[in-house]
Amino acid sequence: MTSTDHIGQSHRRENALRHLAGRGRFVTDLALPRMVHAAFVRSPMAKGKIVELDVSAAAEAPGVVRVFTAETLNPICAPWTGTLDHFAGMKSAPQNMLAEGQVLWAGHPVAMILAHSRAEAEDACELVLLDIEDEEAVVDGDAALVEGTPLVSEGIDSNLCFRTVLETPGLDEAFANAAHVVEDSFTFGRHTAVTLEPRAVVADFDPSTGQLTVHHGTQTPYQFQDVYAHQFGLPDNKVRVIAPDVGGSFGMKLHVYNEEMAVVAASLKLGRPVRFVADRLESFVSDVHARDHRVSARMAMDAQGTILAMDVDDMTQIGAISTYPRTSVAEGNQVIRLMGAPYTMPDYRGRLSVVFQNKVQTSQYRAVGHPIACAVTEALVDRAAEQLDLDPIEIRQRNLVADDAYPHVSATGYQFEKLSHHAALAKLREIMGYDALRAEQAELRKQGIYRGIGIASFVEITNPGAAFYGVGGARVSAQDGAIVRLTPSGEVHCAISVTEQGQGTETIIAQVVADQLGVTPDQVKVTTGDTDTTPSGGATWACRGAGIGGETALRAGRRLQAQILAIAGAVLQAEPATLALAGGTVVDKATGKERITLAEIGRIATYRPDTLPEGCDNSLTAVQHFAPTGYPFDFTNGIQASHVEVDIETGVTRLLKHWVVEDCGRIINPLLVDEQIRGGVVQGLGPAFFEECMYDDMGQMTNASLADYLVPMAGEMPDIEIAHIETPTLDTILGAKGVGEAGTAAAGAAAMNAVNDALRPMGARISQTPMTPLRILTALGHV
Amino acid sequence: MKADITLTVNGEAVRETVEPRTSLADLLRDNLRLTGTHLGCEMGACGACLVMLDGVAVHACLVLAVQADGQKVETIEGLNDSGLIKDLQETFHDRNALQCGFCTNGMLMSAYALLAGNSDPSRDEIRDALSGNYCRCTGYEAIVDAISAAADHRLNKAKGAQ
Ligand code: FES
Ligand code: FES
Repeated sequence: MTSTDHIGQSHRRENALRHLAGRGRFVTDLALPRMVHAAFVRSPMAKGKIVELDVSAAAEAPGVVRVFTAETLNPICAPWTGTLDHFAGMKSAPQNMLAEGQVLWAGHPVAMILAHSRAEAEDACELVLLDIEDEEAVVDGDAALVEGTPLVSEGIDSNLCFRTVLETPGLDEAFANAAHVVEDSFTFGRHTAVTLEPRAVVADFDPSTGQLTVHHGTQTPYQFQDVYAHQFGLPDNKVRVIAPDVGGSFGMKLHVYNEEMAVVAASLKLGRPVRFVADRLESFVSDVHARDHRVSARMAMDAQGTILAMDVDDMTQIGAISTYPRTSVAEGNQVIRLMGAPYTMPDYRGRLSVVFQNKVQTSQYRAVGHPIACAVTEALVDRAAEQLDLDPIEIRQRNLVADDAYPHVSATGYQFEKLSHHAALAKLREIMGYDALRAEQAELRKQGIYRGIGIASFVEITNPGAAFYGVGGARVSAQDGAIVRLTPSGEVHCAISVTEQGQGTETIIAQVVADQLGVTPDQVKVTTGDTDTTPSGGATWACRGAGIGGETALRAGRRLQAQILAIAGAVLQAEPATLALAGGTVVDKATGKERITLAEIGRIATYRPDTLPEGCDNSLTAVQHFAPTGYPFDFTNGIQASHVEVDIETGVTRLLKHWVVEDCGRIINPLLVDEQIRGGVVQGLGPAFFEECMYDDMGQMTNASLADYLVPMAGEMPDIEIAHIETPTLDTILGAKGVGEAGTAAAGAAAMNAVNDALRPMGARISQTPMTPLRILTALGHV
Repeated sequence: MKADITLTVNGEAVRETVEPRTSLADLLRDNLRLTGTHLGCEMGACGACLVMLDGVAVHACLVLAVQADGQKVETIEGLNDSGLIKDLQETFHDRNALQCGFCTNGMLMSAYALLAGNSDPSRDEIRDALSGNYCRCTGYEAIVDAISAAADHRLNKAKGAQ
């Protein structure tokens, strides 16, 4: 019997209390004895040959402890290459910590200075003599593929990193027979994570024992334990990675970066702690960027508006080198596979070209691929509705996969266990008061006020198994592990491999474990983020914390439950099957009557095991690992709506309101789920309206500061209303799926449809993000 | 050319010797190890470093330590210990108005300063008061709700006292 008192409750986060008291523990806060500070000399140009690098003056500067260049640092680290086997034919140049001979983007680290303070290290950077012979930078993806264009880097034979095509046999026929075809070309700008805490690392190698400890602001400590062990040739049990509080990650902090590797290398060489914290400029020119896609797409319909097929061509620009260990191809791969996913669309062709250029790398960032696929699909659905004179709700009703038609396989091969598109659409219509909003819109148009309503259905990939990376040869774990123990005083401790960056991971794990052991979540202490004290696992990415981590905790909890009941049975001379756990005690299952407290069990097992019957196992620690089986992913679904007002004189869009209906399966904590969705929505609206990494044609990023790169702020963001459908996955006992990326997946798509709905009376249309006032005015023909 | 400065930080007298270029944020974080004051941009754009300087919310990344000579500084640690933001801390906790927690110091400072001057702010006024506070995680709505709830509690308490 399992109590379900706490799963499903809006339990508050205990770890929030530390932050509210100013007692967060971030890597940026850490100061260790003997610690030195790192600063990097970076390439000022996008591409060139290093002809001279003289660090002698810097080495003599006050406070400087050591200066490293590629020649003196790189040999201790094996180079890494960001390719995976399941992306057949993909290529990328090998990388190492400091630039060797050639610089590949503006910001590429060339030399590393270690000093007693960061200020002294920065001062010494100014004294490095770096002479780079400028080479023609490749800054545009389409141009990169033209014959005769120089190669982005040495070590590749073309600027095409990867190309693939997915196609159903009936594609051409579907278009030939279509009653209507709509098409458009889209540009999705390059943006970046801008976590408020920048990337931060303190590496601490102790030569006396050979122990390396890396305090690393990341979401994937085990992945980095493995990377450091492998690249530096250390046994992995001598590498400890600790990720304490992390000031935002969103995928950005799970990639391998030159700087973190160099910090570890420097600590290995110096035998003392080395600290690097990126300043904001460095973040902009070294954190991975995201998106940067050009898509042309068309959609075929029959006379009734039934979607027959989509034909999509995505060109994505990933910078100079594919990221490691997950590659920069994963996003494009998801873009072409998620197109049309909510709809009963039988035919499809998706072409993907992943192209290098001399810019910062792009790679996985919250909602990988989803915002692009969703925006393209939903824009074309709205175009089709317009052409057929159907309401946007009506055309979706006609095409969304029916709620009773599962399991369903999409035209791109994704297998859906069970989704709830129609229920979500109906609920959305109700909570947003759709019909009244349409009436108001028509009224206001007469007064010259242009409001728009945009809708976007979506499918989200969550709970990935090994199909994501493992099958391609990446050492990225798809399983997780938990250790749950009853303390000698009858409290509970859970150490688990999934990690916390503020989502509430520790809280939901406490809720899940509490329900298996009949205690309250406050009685369950959860430890995360330390490879020495938690079991090995994949941690938190691709929306797997609740679904996979939660299931791991559930099974570990049940295992401990059985152990406790076995001991209790021995003590009470009762059949364990007649006992259960509730209210911090062992109870009689039938009557609920208390038999013995957990504290008493803890005491006897720990201090008086001699009183247990012969052969009774006194273990009060349970270990459980869990790897998802069944469907390769647990897909979730939902729908979003955006309500905007466009000032057609200034091009400024005001976001009036946003709605989300989401189905993430079983909800463990409604409060936390809703805040994941809200945060995700705003991370989708930011790049839809403001965020863009601007480059000039020399490959220089021209807005690399928080004064120039626009992020969404409180005053511009709308209130976000949320409703839920709950369709648990049957792949697990818990039934939870992921939710972290749902908001980001469709917010931009809904917003683009809303803006275009507002612009419709003027016959104008925008298909580029961010939808800046200037671009809107251009679409209106005003500039 | 280091300068000697004396100031009061969270009610404690502090005497330090600093370089002229040392910011108040670095003094607090590096010298005094008051790490509740965070740095997100070091150019006055994100609000993570807000502290109260003689009763006014300022960006500790833009104020030089030497400029704080002779003044009173309150950081998140001080406000926490004094109990002055207890109600805000509670409504933030209830409403889950923080995720990673990196912006939280600045959000609490802005909220504290807002409520000191406006006991009944509208949602728009709250959003305005947060115009210099960047948060990447929450989407802001929960923070607005939390500040609004704290204002309501204060008003109700004041009414009850009358
Ligand atoms: S660090 Fe001071 S405003 Fe950003
Ligand atoms: S909670 Fe992470 S930046 Fe606000």
